[in-house]
Amino acid sequence: MIDATHYVALSLILFCLGLVGVMMRRNFITVLMSLELMFNAVNLNLIAFSFRLSDLAGQVLAIFVITVAAAEAAIGLGLIIALVRLKDTVALDEADVMRG
Amino acid sequence: MDFLITNFAEILFYVFAVLTVAGGIGVLAFKSPIHAALSLLFSFIMVAALFLLRHAELLAAVQVLVYGGGIMVLFLFVIMLVNVKDLKLEQVFLSGIAPLAIIGGVLLGVLIAFGLVFGVLASGHGDGTALRSVDGDEIGNIEAVGAVLYTKYLVPFEVVSVVLLVAMIGAIVFGRRSAGLEGAGGGGGKTS
Repeated sequence: MIDATHYVALSLILFCLGLVGVMMRRNFITVLMSLELMFNAVNLNLIAFSFRLSDLAGQVLAIFVITVAAAEAAIGLGLIIALVRLKDTVALDEADVMRG
Repeated sequence: MDFLITNFAEILFYVFAVLTVAGGIGVLAFKSPIHAALSLLFSFIMVAALFLLRHAELLAAVQVLVYGGGIMVLFLFVIMLVNVKDLKLEQVFLSGIAPLAIIGGVLLGVLIAFGLVFGVLASGHGDGTALRSVDGDEIGNIEAVGAVLYTKYLVPFEVVSVVLLVAMIGAIVFGRRSAGLEGAGGGGGKTS
């Protein structure tokens, strides 16, 4: 029987994958993709517990999370455009204008 | 064959779970951003299938439409726009930090897994009927989510629309050509 524990374990794996991607990839675009992976892990948890507790609040919250993820993607991709315009690169370690 | 029929839900879950994780690993491992984006799209659709298994039909549709349609097109559009091939990116990972990042991720995983084992193990089983009924009438998941969203969660729903508006204005401000970004860094802004 598949219960919420399985989903929490899967979401844990997905979240850690996203975290490792955010920390170690050099390409800004791929870092944003890893961030989306982490959002997906959160949504999986919400849906699993919504089913487990027979409560629709989890699904409503997941809709809000998706909205915020879309907003974050728009802002992040705008940042990429600005970075390319400024430095002509998408490598994160070259975005060091504010480094002291 | 008998095993297949009795354990169908479990088999489906494991297949989709493995494919989701494979897509996630692809995002980390693929060198080209376009391959990473397609791998991410695959992972999104597998997550939508997992939503279906948990009786979240509306969320599965929203996942495919918003992630698979909107966000993925946005990513591909930006990859196309900045033309990553021309930007020299010979190094895939941040130098020096990659092993640390893997250790950190594994440590966090172990930590949460400990919390999982010794904390609330979410055993037991719900059924989907409460997720598709309003006031006891069984109608459907979309109607049920809508009824909750537009009554109990109306104020957060309106607030989240303001979030979207702010994000839209922010994206326009960042994308504007005369945002004062060009001269600031002295790093040779593109002129075209």
